[in-house]
Amino acid sequence: MVEKITVGHVHMSGCTGCLVSFVDNYEGLFKILDNYADIVYALTLADVRHVPEMDVALVEGSVCLQDKASVEEIKETREKAKVVVALGGCAAYGNITRFCRGGQWNQPQMESFVPIGDLIDVDVYIPGCAPTPQQIRNVCIMAYLLLKGTDEQKELATAYLKPLMDLAARGSDAKRSSDACGCDLMYDVINQGLCMGCGSCAAACPVRAISMEYGKPQIERDLCIKCGACYAQCPRSFFNFDVINEFEGITELITGVME
Amino acid sequence: MVLGNYKTCVAARSTDKEILKGAQDGGIVTQLFAYALEEGIIDGAIVAGPSDEPWKPEPIVATTKAELLAARGTKYNLSPNMSLLKEATRSYGLDRIGIVGTPCQMQAVRKAQLYPIGMRDVPDKVALAIGIFCMENFPYQSIEALVEDHCNVKMESVTKMDIGKGKFWAYTERGAVAQIPLKVTHKYEQPGCHVCLDYVSNLADVSTGSVGTPDGWSTVFVRTKIGDDVWSKASAAGCFETKEIESGKTGLELVTKLATDKITKNQKTLEGRATFGVGKGLRNPYL
Repeated sequence: MVEKITVGHVHMSGCTGCLVSFVDNYEGLFKILDNYADIVYALTLADVRHVPEMDVALVEGSVCLQDKASVEEIKETREKAKVVVALGGCAAYGNITRFCRGGQWNQPQMESFVPIGDLIDVDVYIPGCAPTPQQIRNVCIMAYLLLKGTDEQKELATAYLKPLMDLAARGSDAKRSSDACGCDLMYDVINQGLCMGCGSCAAACPVRAISMEYGKPQIERDLCIKCGACYAQCPRSFFNFDVINEFEGITELITGVME
Repeated sequence: MVLGNYKTCVAARSTDKEILKGAQDGGIVTQLFAYALEEGIIDGAIVAGPSDEPWKPEPIVATTKAELLAARGTKYNLSPNMSLLKEATRSYGLDRIGIVGTPCQMQAVRKAQLYPIGMRDVPDKVALAIGIFCMENFPYQSIEALVEDHCNVKMESVTKMDIGKGKFWAYTERGAVAQIPLKVTHKYEQPGCHVCLDYVSNLADVSTGSVGTPDGWSTVFVRTKIGDDVWSKASAAGCFETKEIESGKTGLELVTKLATDKITKNQKTLEGRATFGVGKGLRNPYL
């Protein structure tokens, strides 16, 4: 039996949709749990009451500043986990919790929600609402290869994860942390003279806030939930030739390890 | 390297007269999708179909040969085919998708497969990605300006547009041929194209374009296992007439030269962006 990595699911203020998406790998989830990862912490899946030491923490949801337990837990997660992953739009960018104004029974004073990167350093972002099963799977496999693989596999995993780490570094930057919406497409792609009208953003948007008009994204900003999927999916946000040029081999690798 | 990895490179054209009639060159894309559709290799293909404005493409999911035929020919302006990639698996219910696109769209397909951030259940449903050669693309309004202002013909009377031999050509239904030097078109190009480092769709399963072969033929690069599989089956089924690609000045050498020219020029643009302002630069998407 190969040595597995330890993974925890840390639940902040989120809807559990990210966890469901992870589980939506179906038999792939069993493969991950059988061969590559042990779940050592997850409110809904493991009978563990306190954040343990772990290799990878998948954090779902934003942090409610008025919820002392959440604030403590996210800080503890940073101490106990080697790699902290912001799983999904809420943890990474705030997502729909950005629009909260409090006033909800039975804790109406709980009104302030921030992405986890506002309070702790985050290593990897998986944007999207919900993040896709395949993207979560890929990050799990790459995290495994990074921690337990051969030198060659470590190199691949590092290259694969780098753009997602760059997104985390960018999201944790105080000056930029309020972005992550259709505005990113305008500021960092179209305004920068980089958009070539492929339509990836429109396909990626979970709320259909983006349509393509005369070949360019038209963003209904009132519909945008700030999940970050459009920008991250855009081939002109990041494009790492060293990884993506090897798409055939990497696809075979992923298919192979999931068999 | 500028031509990407490929298993084979041939000159080819479709053997189907109906496809050739409205094809840009050798009818490769239409023919290959038509074959794949018929054989069940794909359930449908995302192509640049017609829209309610003349020469403005609209991405469509073609599930019949008739729909493929309606999308023949190059439009020289933006068709955001990626925008339908997820939708093709949803309301169209496709399990095996074909998609045609420019080099940047092929990059987008592969990014969507390796980093499916907003592409749930899409990565393993891309069954055939056909890339076309592309030096640059134009916004619709640019093509309108080139055709109506520079060539002095109406958009709706144009039957074919072409770029070749250093010129932009517009052919009309009554036989008139308008041409302008390619130099005139440059300022109308889509700016996003100027950072593109791919001419011959390096990341497609099969890529094709007119450069490197005589009129009516296409140059074809077969790149991946998937591409090789479909191409060999289609060839064996008699879909294509093929001949060896010329190695000389009008053949592979020309493809290599144009690819090198594009990449060299755009690499310079990328370098220029780094020092665009005063102590400030523009973003490099590849870093």
